[in-house]
Amino acid sequence: MRVDETTVRRIARLARIKISDAEAKGLEQELSGILNWVEQLNQVDTSTVEPMTRVVPIELTKRADVVNDGEIADDVVKNAPMVEDHFFVVPKVVE
Amino acid sequence: MTELTKLTIAEAREKLRAKEVSATELTKAFIDAIETANPSINAYVLQTPELALSQAKESDKRLKAGDARPLEGLPLGNKDLFCTKDVRTTACSKILDDFKPTYESTVGSNLWNAGAVMLGKLNCDEFAMGSSNETSAFGPVVSPWRRKKDGKTTTDKLVPGGSSGGSSAAVSANLCLAATATDTGGSIRQPAALTGTVGIKPTYGRCSRWGIVAFASSLDQAGPIAKTVRDAAIMLRAMASHDPKDSTSVAAPVPDYEMALAQGVKGLRVGVPKEYRVEGMSKEIEKLWQDGIAWLKAAGATIHDISLPHTKYALPAYYIVAPAEASSNLARYDGVRYGLRVPGKDLIDTYENTRAAGFGKEVRRRILIGTYVLSAGYYDAYYLKAQKVRTLIKRDFDDAWKSVDVVLTPTTPSPAFGFGEKTGDPIAMYLEDIFTVTVNMAGLPGISVPAGLSSEGTPLGLQLIGKPFDEATLFRAAQAIEDAAGRFVVEDRWWAGTTAKTGAKKAGSKSK
Repeated sequence: MRVDETTVRRIARLARIKISDAEAKGLEQELSGILNWVEQLNQVDTSTVEPMTRVVPIELTKRADVVNDGEIADDVVKNAPMVEDHFFVVPKVVE
Repeated sequence: MTELTKLTIAEAREKLRAKEVSATELTKAFIDAIETANPSINAYVLQTPELALSQAKESDKRLKAGDARPLEGLPLGNKDLFCTKDVRTTACSKILDDFKPTYESTVGSNLWNAGAVMLGKLNCDEFAMGSSNETSAFGPVVSPWRRKKDGKTTTDKLVPGGSSGGSSAAVSANLCLAATATDTGGSIRQPAALTGTVGIKPTYGRCSRWGIVAFASSLDQAGPIAKTVRDAAIMLRAMASHDPKDSTSVAAPVPDYEMALAQGVKGLRVGVPKEYRVEGMSKEIEKLWQDGIAWLKAAGATIHDISLPHTKYALPAYYIVAPAEASSNLARYDGVRYGLRVPGKDLIDTYENTRAAGFGKEVRRRILIGTYVLSAGYYDAYYLKAQKVRTLIKRDFDDAWKSVDVVLTPTTPSPAFGFGEKTGDPIAMYLEDIFTVTVNMAGLPGISVPAGLSSEGTPLGLQLIGKPFDEATLFRAAQAIEDAAGRFVVEDRWWAGTTAKTGAKKAGSKSK
């Protein structure tokens, strides 16, 4: 699989990571290299195999659907870079 | 004071209970040792001496009152992937900035509730992504081990393995009695092998993942790095628990692993998988493996050739599954709720700037690979394919367990390498995990135990793989290897003479 620059830019956009022109060039090579290397999985016949969904055969445990935490707004916003009262502050989203 | 830091957990526990030494004395010895060594070794990214001394004071009270908890007064290091209440936690990434969690990880709580003392936070690869500790935002960790060439010790800087390189270096340099670590593809076992320490990744679900910075959620597990098999057994018992806050943690009783050690390996069936004899494997690794087989046989185990046919596909499958899960887990670092923010012209620009500045090169690379394999049109070809291969890898082991109780392999394909030797080629670095990654893919427990020295005088480890939740058998088999191979400790404490004179004087005055 060959990853071209357009694809690198599209993925970077999806991943919300800004990349420079120089980086895009390098990533083209690196990502192509890694994807070529994982291609060897195509040697394995998996036509009758189920994908793994859990490594240990246990039932996920359920709990009662009740509030068991909360009233900790100070804690929730404590590490935020920009806060007003108990709100996270972000750049304007809607004009 | 140096003598105190050389103790094992089992020895220190005895001295504390016999009141030959106080928790405060022991803790101070480590604080001094860290002060001397850290400028050269860089194992700690944050030291917490005040917290440690206050915990030690409480321990001394309890010891005096005869009310000691299992790990009372034992000073430990804590990998910086574990959230610590009101103590900076960074995952060794710039993106978490000055993050101070308002909660403690479950594994951490278990340790401190058992009376252990936290000396500080240990260096690791950024978000645990790496096999050399060179991707840390705090710079690499220098292994206390040095290569020998023509009988002389060289000064080349070697890596302590990764991602838990701060943990492995700190334990082997006597900068803590033992340390927490995490393992997603080999990050406990590979650094343990490269530093002559013991590291166990328990069964997926044995330790709670709550409060541990997530990398790849279906693979991540916490475990200890320690000086001896016994110490690792003591540590794991304290770390493991069922935790309702982690729905994948298992409600199974945690056995007394230390008690199991005395049982020996008589009649134990040990499998040797032919697929691990990889092309180009060095003679010394092959010899190490044969030594391990001979030791276990001599101790009463029986040896069986087995086949794990999908072994070679574990690593490429891992490099789809792990980045995919990482890209999803790391989406939370958006510069809004915590950590770094680099403002942009709008919200998306802020996200993109923040994530470009906050994540290091390897982390960015893995997020991009993960985003790609999960993107529309590629999901089936990559992610689904890899999860199917994973089923086959697990099936290989399920078949093996019909005829054997444990599997013996080398931990790594080669001894510790030097700084920068593998950073240019991502795949060369990924190959470090070739023997360890299958264990994570199948959710099994695996332990690395020191077994010999390379021709360069640096440590090599053997890996034992066990059935799900059968860590007790792994400890027994590892003990048999340790009994035969002995321990491997750093003789040349080169770091003690190169830094602050006050520390060096203290460290030197009582050494033999």
